[in-house]
Parts: sequence; structure tokens; C-alpha cells
Amino acid sequence: MSPLAKLVEAALFASARPVTVEELVTLDPQAGTAAVRAALVELRDAFATGDHGVELIEIAQGWQFLTRREYAEAIDRAQFALRPRRLSPAALETLAIIAYRQPVGRLEVDEIRGVDSGAVIEKLSERGLVEIVTRGEGLGRPLLYGTTPQFLEILGLKDLDELPRLEELSVALRPPAPAEPE
Amino acid sequence: MTALPPTAQDQAGFVVELEQFSGPLDLLLHLIQEDEVDITDLPIAKIADQFLAVINELRLNQAADYLEMAARLLRIKAQMLLPRRLGDDEWEDPRAELVRRLLEYQQIRELVEWLGAAAARRAEQFGRGFSPEPPTAPPAPLVIDLNDLLAAAERVIALIPEPVLHRVVPRPLDVEGATARIEALLAERAALGWGDVVGERPTIVDVLSAFIALLELAKRGALRVHQEGPFAPIQIRRESPRETR
Repeated sequence: MSPLAKLVEAALFASARPVTVEELVTLDPQAGTAAVRAALVELRDAFATGDHGVELIEIAQGWQFLTRREYAEAIDRAQFALRPRRLSPAALETLAIIAYRQPVGRLEVDEIRGVDSGAVIEKLSERGLVEIVTRGEGLGRPLLYGTTPQFLEILGLKDLDELPRLEELSVALRPPAPAEPE
Repeated sequence: MTALPPTAQDQAGFVVELEQFSGPLDLLLHLIQEDEVDITDLPIAKIADQFLAVINELRLNQAADYLEMAARLLRIKAQMLLPRRLGDDEWEDPRAELVRRLLEYQQIRELVEWLGAAAARRAEQFGRGFSPEPPTAPPAPLVIDLNDLLAAAERVIALIPEPVLHRVVPRPLDVEGATARIEALLAERAALGWGDVVGERPTIVDVLSAFIALLELAKRGALRVHQEGPFAPIQIRRESPRETR
């Protein structure tokens, strides 16, 4: 492995969170973005082809070592690590709406779900899955929410583009309304 | 889509678990799927009746969100019954908005499936030093001795303000009684002083009752109240019936 790949490996090992390419570039000012990307691919291939219990995954706009799926059961059973709490249907509904309509206000979420979603949004916000990104234009300048990198992380997504496209879903529906004053 | 297996059969024919519905749209969608009807051509009367039956059954009829949907369904049902002229192109299907919302919600449910599956798949892999959320630890047991406890108790007690207690005694004003007494006095004497009206050692209630009675009688023209100046003694004089107009 190249020296840069080994440096990147060390940095990723030291971090408990996904690390972005931009962050990795700061490890070695001499190396550019392209070199770091190459090192990441080299590293990923090394762990993919070699005999390892972990693999390098691109996730949440960054990179992270994760244990291989086949060991989940054993690790879980022995309680070396805890699985994250599962999200309730209400939480997933709210997340789905926020993910696709962001930035979106609570009223719109309420309207689509047909129920008051204030408490659910509050909880998602506490878990760091959504955050206030801006304020809307309308009456009272409502808070508008969007998803966080943590959201991508718990779903194992690289970025929001990995979410299924609405037209791929079986239910045909109008596209999200273009931003118009209501 | 989470299939909601009926747990038991009741007279209405459907038993569903309340906890499983995340809202009125969810319940509605469940009914539609159970009936296997076309969502774009909703048999609104049937669905509305079922919806009402379920929310009654589940005592959801207290929940505003469900009530609002019930009201909406009934309104659409009524609108569907309105006669419309033949060849009326202007006619707008009253179900359109509801169908749009249902389709939209159905799509969200599909996304929920997808997101749930993605999260479950991600949960099969662990990161370094992964800790999901700090578990809500029980508060650490206090390590104190008796002196600490007493000192703490004293500090708390010191903060309590001296309680101000009021005794509330029901003593309604007796305007009628005062009126009767004044009238009796005036029957004997043409003129009275304030002291005659309130009697000896009047209580605040006596004073108030007498005063209101005086004003009332003066308004009725039964007597005339006169005072030389501010704080001067109040003089009360009988008004003869002839003089009242």
C-alpha cells in the first residue's frame, strides 16, 4: 500500500465518524484531493480483497470502516456494540417527507401526514437526524427543516441522491410542488 | 406497506390495532386496501361508514385528527349526493383532493418501507466505537450524610415564604334586609341619619348593604339622600309619594 493510503487508514481508524475527503486532505498538505481519492480506492480494494473483518464504506458524504455484515449477529449477541434504536413508522414518515421536500416546514409535514408532527420532528431533531436549515417566507417566517449527515449515516447512504427517485416508486404522483406562495 | 393483520373478529368485521396507525390517512389507506377498491374511484359512502365505525370502535373519536377526517369524509359523501346536471363539465369530483392526499401519503408509506429497510441494513454494520445514543442513565445515587441532609432541608425551608392565610367566610350582602329596615324606619320618621340606617357597630357588610339599599331606594324615589359636603354626615329624608313623578 502507498504511504498515503496507510496514513488515510490510520486517520479513518482513529475516527468514530465518517471522514470526508476534504478532511483527509488536511492530513497531508502535499497530497491533493485526487491523490486522497486514489488512496481511498486503494484502501477499499485492499480491505475488500484481503481477509478482513471490516470494510471501507463510502457513507454520509465521507468514508468509514465498518464491520462486515456477517459478523453483526455475533457482535450484537456479545454486546460489543449496540444497534441503533429503530425508528417508529411515524418517525420514518416524517423523515421521508423532510428528506424529499427539504427545506420544509412543520405545517407541510402535518398536512401530508394528516397528523400533528411537532413532537416527532422534535425527537428527530434531538437525535440529530433533521435540523432547522432556514426560515420560510410565509406568515410568521416558519422554521424549515432539512436532513443532516447523521440521517445519511443511519441509512448507510452516500448522499441524498441515493434515495429512490419518486418516479421509481410504484405510485404515480405529481412531483413536489414547485416553490410557490401558498 | 405494513400489513395490519386483523387480530380478532368483532361484529363490525374488522379489528385493528390502534397503535399501528400513524394517523387518519394511514387508517383510511388500510380500509381501502382491505376492501380492495380503486383509490381513484373511492366508494366514499362505504369508506366513510367504515371509518366512522373504526374510530368509534377504537375510541379514536376523541382524537382531533381523526375527527377532522371523519367530518371531511361526511362532507364529501354529502357532496356526492348532490344532483348534478347532465353534461355539466364544470363538475368537480369532491373526492379529488382526498384522493390526491391519499396517493401522496401512499407514496410516503412506500418511502417509509425503503428507509426502514435501508436503516435495518445499515444496522448490520458497526463503526468504530459506535455508540447509538447515550442511554438515559438513572441519576447517580446521592452520597450524603445526615448533616448534609438536614442542612439541605433547612435551606429549602428557609426559602418557603411565611404562608399568608385568609379565612374566607361566606357573608353575602343583605340588601333586601337593609331595604326593609330603611323602609320601616322611614315609615316612623321623616328624616334619618346615616347612623340610624346602619345601626350600632355596623360590620363592613352592614355598611355596604345599607349603602346599596339607600341608593336603590333613592333611585326608586322613596327617599332623598343629601350631604352638605364631602365626608359630611349623610341625611336621609322621606320623599312623599305625591312628590314623586
